[in-house]
Amino acid sequence: MIGANGAGKSTLLRTLAGLHQPAAGSIHFAGREITHLPTHARVALGIALVPEGRRLFPSLTLEENLLVGARRSSAWTVSRVMELFPWMGARRRQLTLNLSGGEQQGVAIGRALMAGPRVLLLDELSLGLSPAAVRRIYDLLPSLLAEGMAILLVEQDVTQALRVSDLAHCLLEGRITLSGRPRDLSPEQVEAAYFGLAARA
Amino acid sequence: MAWLNAVVQGILLGGLYALFACGLSLLFGVMRVVNLAHGDFAVLAAYLGLAVITGLHVPLLWSTLAVAPLFAVVGYLVQRLIIQRSLEVSPLTTLLVTFGLSVVLQNAMLEGFSANSHSLPSGWLAAGSFRLTPQLSIGHFSLIVFAAAVVVIVSLQLFLSRARLGRQIRATADDAEAASIAGTDVRHVFGIAAAIAFATVALAGLAFGGYSSFDPGAGTQRLIFAFEAVVIGGVGSLWGTLLGGVVLGVSQALGAQVDSGFGVLAGHLVFLAVLAIRPRGLLPGRVT
Repeated sequence: MIGANGAGKSTLLRTLAGLHQPAAGSIHFAGREITHLPTHARVALGIALVPEGRRLFPSLTLEENLLVGARRSSAWTVSRVMELFPWMGARRRQLTLNLSGGEQQGVAIGRALMAGPRVLLLDELSLGLSPAAVRRIYDLLPSLLAEGMAILLVEQDVTQALRVSDLAHCLLEGRITLSGRPRDLSPEQVEAAYFGLAARA
Repeated sequence: MAWLNAVVQGILLGGLYALFACGLSLLFGVMRVVNLAHGDFAVLAAYLGLAVITGLHVPLLWSTLAVAPLFAVVGYLVQRLIIQRSLEVSPLTTLLVTFGLSVVLQNAMLEGFSANSHSLPSGWLAAGSFRLTPQLSIGHFSLIVFAAAVVVIVSLQLFLSRARLGRQIRATADDAEAASIAGTDVRHVFGIAAAIAFATVALAGLAFGGYSSFDPGAGTQRLIFAFEAVVIGGVGSLWGTLLGGVVLGVSQALGAQVDSGFGVLAGHLVFLAVLAIRPRGLLPGRVT
């Protein structure tokens, strides 16, 4: 899900996660209506959000941050998350305040994985991260997809997002202006949809 | 020797204040709720204790087994049905709502139990004491209350740092929305925190009733002492609350040693001094 600032991308993800109530319409997940289900109950169904700005718990250690996300039914454990992010092992007892932005993003993803999600909602993964950290985080996504989970990625960094997606939507002022497989979309089409040029033309 | 005695009695009295204050500290630390009905709930617990003791003919210590769990349930319900709703409106609303609760409780108790003061029959506990020297003795009851305060604070601290639910309480205190994203039922967690706080309020109320006489309006003064203990110790730190209770108790006891009418005032003065010199308290910390 790509789109300019204020297009409604984060609002869409937060609504799917249950943090906002939709003004109209309904949300269905795995054949069930979840429009009025509270956030924690959606997590139990398998919808996990990695929020914009990471939102880690500052008074908890790295390991405790992961454990807050843990669910009994989940196949993900602290040790499995730490296999995915090997650097975490040595720093599990540290507060997350002292971690770099990329590392904090890793903890936020790990916390969401602990719930054993069927759909992972990723909000602005690259925000505030160095290019190297962004690359590392994005290199992780194929292995998560291989686990069988779906990923809905919201991103302002269009090139990065199109590189990893099977299906792209462009959002403009709350409406989808373009949809398609990234390889079928020309840069001109994306640009027009992104800035709303097609609508005016 | 009289001064040493005052210090020792002050420390023990501080245990009672700490017991009063830790529920207040917990509710404020976890959900930023200042419960103005805190003292009145403690007095209500004392009346319930009186009913249990006289009705079932059990000693004071046993009555805690009935009153504390009952208060935990009351705390959960008060949180879920009353405080949570006001919390979702605005922080100021919670202040008004708990003030309203305080007024309702005081008047309901006046109606139900009359304005006469009562005290809890503490039996052998009230009279018994360890005589350390001819001038210095430690009452069994005040020692038990102090020990209870330490046990409550140590177990709360352990629960918050080790247990899964304790971790969820800390996470929710940090960032309630992020906790819900991580799968935590925030309202339930708030309810549990309130249940724990109310159980400690019940213990404090029963201890208070064993210490001195109480009447329906006694809660307000208790609330002030609890506030002072929390502020002296440092908001959000349970160890600080214990220390704050002890500092307040010792100040009052020493003040009373100077002049019998000076005790409570000395406590207030020390509170003001701490507020002026170390506004964040002696042991500032996060909630947990």
